[in-house]
Amino acid sequence: MTDRTWDAGEPEIAWHETGAEGHEHGGGATVLGFWIYLMSDALIFASLFAMYGVVSTGYAGGPGPRQLFDLPLVALNTALLLVSSITFGQAIPHMEAGRVGPTQAWLAVTGLLGAAFVGVELYEFSHLIAEGAGPQRSAFLSAFFTLVGTHGAHVTVGLIWIATMLVQLSQHGLSGEMRRRIICLSMFWHFLDIIWIGVFTFVYLHGVIR
Amino acid sequence: MSLHSTPSVHGASGDARGDAHGHGSRRGYRIGVALSIGLTVVPFWLVMSQALSDARVTAAIIFALALIQIVVHVVSFLHLDTRSEGGWTLLAFLFTAVIVVLTIGGSIWVMYHLNVNMMPTPDAAAAPMH
Amino acid sequence: MTDIHLKTIFGRLTWESFPIHEPILFGTFVVVLLLGLAIVGAVTWYRLWGYLWHEWFTSVDHKKIGIMYVILGIIMLLRGFADALMMRAQQAIAFGANEGYLPAHHYDQIFTAHGTIMIFFVAIPLVVGIINFVMPLQIGARDVAFPFLNNLSFWLTAAGAVLTMVSLFVGEFARTGWLSYAPLAGLAYSPDTGVDYYLWSLQIAGVGTTLSAINMVATIIKMRAPGMTMMKLPVFCWTALCSNVLAIAIFPALTAAFFLLMLDRYVGTNFFTNDLGGAPMMYWNMVWIWGHPEVYVLVLPAFGIYSEITSTFTGKRLFGYSSMVYATVVITILSYLVWLHHFFTMGAGPAVNSFFGIATMVISIPTGAKIFNWLFTMYRGDIRFELPMMWVVAFMLTFVVGGMTGVLLAIPPADFVLHNSLFLVAHFHNVIIGGVVFGLFAGMVYWFPKAFGFKLDPFWGKVGFWGWVVGYWVAWTPIYVVGLMGTARRVRHFDDPNFQPYFVIAAIGALIILVGILGFVMSIVMGFVNRTALRDVTGDPWDGRTLEWSTASPPPAYNFAFLPVVHDLDAWYDMKSRGYARPTGDFRPIHMPRNTGTGVILAGLSLSLGFGMVWYIWWLAALSSLALLAVAVGHTFDFARDTFIPADVVAATEVKRRTLLGQGG
Repeated sequence: MTDRTWDAGEPEIAWHETGAEGHEHGGGATVLGFWIYLMSDALIFASLFAMYGVVSTGYAGGPGPRQLFDLPLVALNTALLLVSSITFGQAIPHMEAGRVGPTQAWLAVTGLLGAAFVGVELYEFSHLIAEGAGPQRSAFLSAFFTLVGTHGAHVTVGLIWIATMLVQLSQHGLSGEMRRRIICLSMFWHFLDIIWIGVFTFVYLHGVIR
Repeated sequence: MSLHSTPSVHGASGDARGDAHGHGSRRGYRIGVALSIGLTVVPFWLVMSQALSDARVTAAIIFALALIQIVVHVVSFLHLDTRSEGGWTLLAFLFTAVIVVLTIGGSIWVMYHLNVNMMPTPDAAAAPMH
Repeated sequence: MTDIHLKTIFGRLTWESFPIHEPILFGTFVVVLLLGLAIVGAVTWYRLWGYLWHEWFTSVDHKKIGIMYVILGIIMLLRGFADALMMRAQQAIAFGANEGYLPAHHYDQIFTAHGTIMIFFVAIPLVVGIINFVMPLQIGARDVAFPFLNNLSFWLTAAGAVLTMVSLFVGEFARTGWLSYAPLAGLAYSPDTGVDYYLWSLQIAGVGTTLSAINMVATIIKMRAPGMTMMKLPVFCWTALCSNVLAIAIFPALTAAFFLLMLDRYVGTNFFTNDLGGAPMMYWNMVWIWGHPEVYVLVLPAFGIYSEITSTFTGKRLFGYSSMVYATVVITILSYLVWLHHFFTMGAGPAVNSFFGIATMVISIPTGAKIFNWLFTMYRGDIRFELPMMWVVAFMLTFVVGGMTGVLLAIPPADFVLHNSLFLVAHFHNVIIGGVVFGLFAGMVYWFPKAFGFKLDPFWGKVGFWGWVVGYWVAWTPIYVVGLMGTARRVRHFDDPNFQPYFVIAAIGALIILVGILGFVMSIVMGFVNRTALRDVTGDPWDGRTLEWSTASPPPAYNFAFLPVVHDLDAWYDMKSRGYARPTGDFRPIHMPRNTGTGVILAGLSLSLGFGMVWYIWWLAALSSLALLAVAVGHTFDFARDTFIPADVVAATEVKRRTLLGQGG
């Protein structure tokens, strides 16, 4: 049973790549690989959202969202994170034009906004715990602290990453490798903002009106 | 779907300058910024001012706005389109979206049924059990 | 020193934590210690530490990482199988007045460890290892997309395995079953170290598995040889792609579930507790969102292996390639819609149960289509019944039975009768052994000459084959029978002596499987002894059809001196039949990633973090976390990660290859 018949010694078949080497190593796969990582991270958040959804009314006789959530504070935090996403966007054209200084400046501004976000969140957490509404109080509060806290932990990792990039930009300038890292960092940062859309809608706003 | 056709839209390959996406994506980015601010302000305003009397309508609206805002962010900030990475990023995103819906929706559906069928307290999830 | 000081330094680790008083464990410990000392001594005596460190442990070569994964899997198979023998022995004798030789406390750890190890540290490493070794060769690539990440993934998996093994001699392992269901696994009911060992081992290994899956998907998408479109991708790579996509989709659910259970145990949250609004069943839900697709993560690559072998050993193109691809993709998606069939009896009601029951039955359709594709490939083929092909035939005969008992269990009313019975246990051993394990053995026998340059010893290989196949049927048929009669799983002692003959037969079956395992080990040993006679000089010992057979056995570090250009599905068959000639000159330097020890260090720190957390040694955990962060960030400051293999080295390697080929005729 033959699959196909070929003229023996068919001329001019290219069996090997003869051009300059280019694609055979992972550099070109970094952005796609990082994208796939973000997708899997999104699924961790999906599981935490599902957990929150299942126990979101498990107050166990304790306080609920209406008593606990301070919407002006959440609005402030949302604004901080959204603006930080926009300032990161300002860095990208400078990076593409190869201007190291402005790239660093916008990254630094983004980092400061992110740090403020984490600071406000820590303030909110400590306030809740002081009121006796810590993560041990009820399943609802466990899920709230875990979901919001996991997001905050991601932002903290982003801050460490930004700091690392600021140092490495001074050392290496905007090499191809550095650009790739900043692109991945920007994807990470925008991704965290997208998760936050789910958090402020599903947890805070919906919690208050339910 | 051939592999070696598309350079990265993010310009991650290092030779980003002169990449075709320059102006178009900057404009898309500015539109995205404007939309995302609006889509953030409106739901906060709806809830904080209690503009609508029916909480369920408010909930439906803020969920819809959140979905729209997620799409806006993904398109204008993460530059997701049909061409980037030969369509693989879009495919990955859609697959993930399906899995997210299944995970959250499926879990809540399953757990809701468990609670409903739970004896003897009909409202087992809400009521504290001691 | 006062108690409080000791507690600060050692956490809850005390002399009591070492099971010196338990003769079985102590004996095992002595044997393992002596074996370990012998190995360390031998490596030191032959001065192999430098070689192992530079050539293997720090290697970013996908082939070496793949081989290390397989070695890890085989070592852990021996451990997991020892647990199986102990359970079979206990159940064969523990009737009536005889309590057997295992106390309940120990027996519960054994069945937990058996399941955990067999899935997480045997099946996953073997599957990942074979994919790692074979897939880049099949797509004509020189490495994976992220070589360092590959090394790190392996060591994280190994660190998880080591932490599980540590629990054997320091403290104890979980007694909660292989998925550690809440609320039993919560702090209230399992306050000791067992569940913590379980959680930390699997979290560390799970990170490795997720990273590895991302790596493999990016590799398949971005690094295929020129001309290899998706519909010219070898079936094994398709199944590897789908398996890894599925792994990326499901491991987050497991990671999240374990993370939440950890918070319950360490922070005192109330996710899966019985009070304060907790929802223990949500743990089951999340764990099975991972758990059912995981079966397909394991079995899809096995299906790919069967496809490659069937096609090679019948000398024909695979029947229905595109239907095979579509079936694989459909299984990938459907497998995400069936998780609830693992807890039909939990009381979700008819609507939910019917949906998941029907979805489960539907999934058997694409699987059945695959069986027919293999049968039609064999039909009128020129079949060579060599060892890999024998495994394929054994698989088809065994797996179909397991699939049918699975469809039976998918019917909710039947499941209500059979839930948590030995019938269920027999069913999933039927599909996992008959589907996954047979496939892994087929794959190891098939690609062994590619990895090491000589075939396995055929006589001992056949001993291994018959031991496994006969042993499987002798061991599990009686379990099906007693399961159907209503015997529950995880039982240590039986009252009704009528069941004893079945369990004695099952124990005999386990001993026959032991012959199979020893036969496999002997086939490696005797293959090595007779390696000159079994040598593969052609690089193509089975008359293969895909690109891995176009390079030398074992392949050079760079895999291909020139990247192949693909014109047809069976690329190497196409090259052979159209008068392909090997390039003889014009070699160029080849760009390759550099080895690094960072992966070993990060995994070692993860291990000490896990150990510190298990024993509440907070200073160790804190130091390990800080060090992990420092090493990970520090690694990003290393920009010199590449190196070049000079053209003359490539040329010399290729000339040596041609000389060998000349000898082979």
